[in-house]
Amino acid sequence: MSAPITVTVETHSILSINNIYLLIGFVVMFLVVKTLQDKGHPKRLTTALFWFLFGSVFLFGDLSIELLGESLTYQWVGISVLCIALLAGLGKVSMGSYDVPSEQELNSRAQRIGNHLFIPAVMIPVVTVVCTLLLSDINIANIYLFDQKHVTLAALTLACGVALLAGWKLTSGSPLLALGESRRLVDSIGWAAILPQMLAMLGGVFIVAQTGTAIQDLVTLFISPDNRFMLVVLYCTGMALFTMIMGNAFAAFPVMTAGIAVPFLIQGHGASPAPLVAIGMYSGYCGTLMTPMAANFNIVPAALLDLKDKYQVIKVQIPTALTLLAINILLMYGVIFND
Amino acid sequence: MSELNLLPLLGIVIVVFGFALRFNPLLVVCVAGLATGWAVNIDFISLLETFGEKFMNSRQLASFLLILPVIALLERYGLQQRAKSWVASIKSVTTSRILSVYFIVRECSAALGLLSLAGQPQTVRPLLAPMALGAAANMHGTLPKHIQDLISAHAAACDNIAVFFGEDIFIAFGAVLLMDAFLKENGIAGIEPLHIGLWAIPTAIAALIVHLFRLARLEAKIHHLMNEFNHCSTVEMSEELS
Repeated sequence: MSAPITVTVETHSILSINNIYLLIGFVVMFLVVKTLQDKGHPKRLTTALFWFLFGSVFLFGDLSIELLGESLTYQWVGISVLCIALLAGLGKVSMGSYDVPSEQELNSRAQRIGNHLFIPAVMIPVVTVVCTLLLSDINIANIYLFDQKHVTLAALTLACGVALLAGWKLTSGSPLLALGESRRLVDSIGWAAILPQMLAMLGGVFIVAQTGTAIQDLVTLFISPDNRFMLVVLYCTGMALFTMIMGNAFAAFPVMTAGIAVPFLIQGHGASPAPLVAIGMYSGYCGTLMTPMAANFNIVPAALLDLKDKYQVIKVQIPTALTLLAINILLMYGVIFND
Repeated sequence: MSELNLLPLLGIVIVVFGFALRFNPLLVVCVAGLATGWAVNIDFISLLETFGEKFMNSRQLASFLLILPVIALLERYGLQQRAKSWVASIKSVTTSRILSVYFIVRECSAALGLLSLAGQPQTVRPLLAPMALGAAANMHGTLPKHIQDLISAHAAACDNIAVFFGEDIFIAFGAVLLMDAFLKENGIAGIEPLHIGLWAIPTAIAALIVHLFRLARLEAKIHHLMNEFNHCSTVEMSEELS
């Protein structure tokens, strides 16, 4: 018998996910240099260190896996993560000083360029969608333009590049100026930019620690398996609450559905699965609207929009979220039972 | 029933209290992770490796950083001001109407899978929020900070709610595929992603109705807040004069 031959068909791509990470790494490191040059920065060195630690995970992460192996790489990344959290937790990361044109100057610039200013901004979404639809399969000798597993992200990267060039032509502000300008935005987002990744990390620890099973055990204590309405209420609010804790409905869905919906509703009362899971997931989304843990949706925008109250986006969303949660419960109760 | 082991829940308790007491979220999350690992006896080195691995593997979450240079550049040349003055030139436009139209377009396009068509950094900050503010300023004059914040927060909320409740209709979206995979794993056969997508429609319509209703009332609320503010500032001014 001949030894089994494994053939791995590897596809290469120009905008591969690793290259995109490198690009993000360069962008962050550029901001680090700019921060170090900012003489008026109240916490110059610690802020620079904060972003340097973050950027090095992007810039050196994949290289380090190749050279040092996974175990060692994950260890230094883990240590970096702890240092990042410590720097942020001790209040060592702050805004710097920026040269912002006066409102009057901005108005006159806006008037000069006119509605053409919208073009690069609109190009980002349009180019992303068009490229995703049209260019995703383009390849020469099996070298693809886009990473086949991350087509949208690759298309977004390309779109940002194209929009940056269009902006250069239109405003005569170079891409380097653009990068430097983005420090103002990145600093105003600050630690919130890193929170989503931290939460993904916490989710990973919860999986290893089997936190989901513990929640399931806890929830089953409160269940009376005969009361259909209460089961539906428990499943939907459980989805919303657990999503609020995890910041992500995808993390809550398997736990709550395997813990409550499958054993008690589907197997116990013959509930129909398609509406059950669809409405259950939406109940989780109601939770996403109400939690600071969903930082990229709720906290980052508050920072981007310079809101005084970082929780104001959540506060505005709560009435809609609670109304929809109630509607979901009634809707689910109304449609999933066939008898 | 087996003995209830509550130790893995330690992390959740820390997260809830940490947020409630307003500690820095990065610190809260790290401490919660460390405490959970400690509670279930994971040794420190492998906990550190889990931290590093999950952090590395979720790096795509930081991709919005790539959008910021373009937005920052355009803002330096007056994008927000232009958005405001452009909206001001349309007479019939109101904050509610702008947000409502955006909501409808965003939810429908999300249902068709065009999720990356908009988002907080690429559309809400540079375009939607300034336009909504411009429309309000058009009607009421200069807005005080708390009313500006209310309108901006509504712009952000519009994008979130519309995309969340639209996206699950699109059957190739991650959430739908996740649900489908979950059902198959748990031995529940005969469900297609299409069924799940169809059952997302009632809630999507409910979200549309509920939120458009709230947006319709936003106009009156802005009006009310402006009156209150003007009244207060007139009182203050007359007090200063007397």
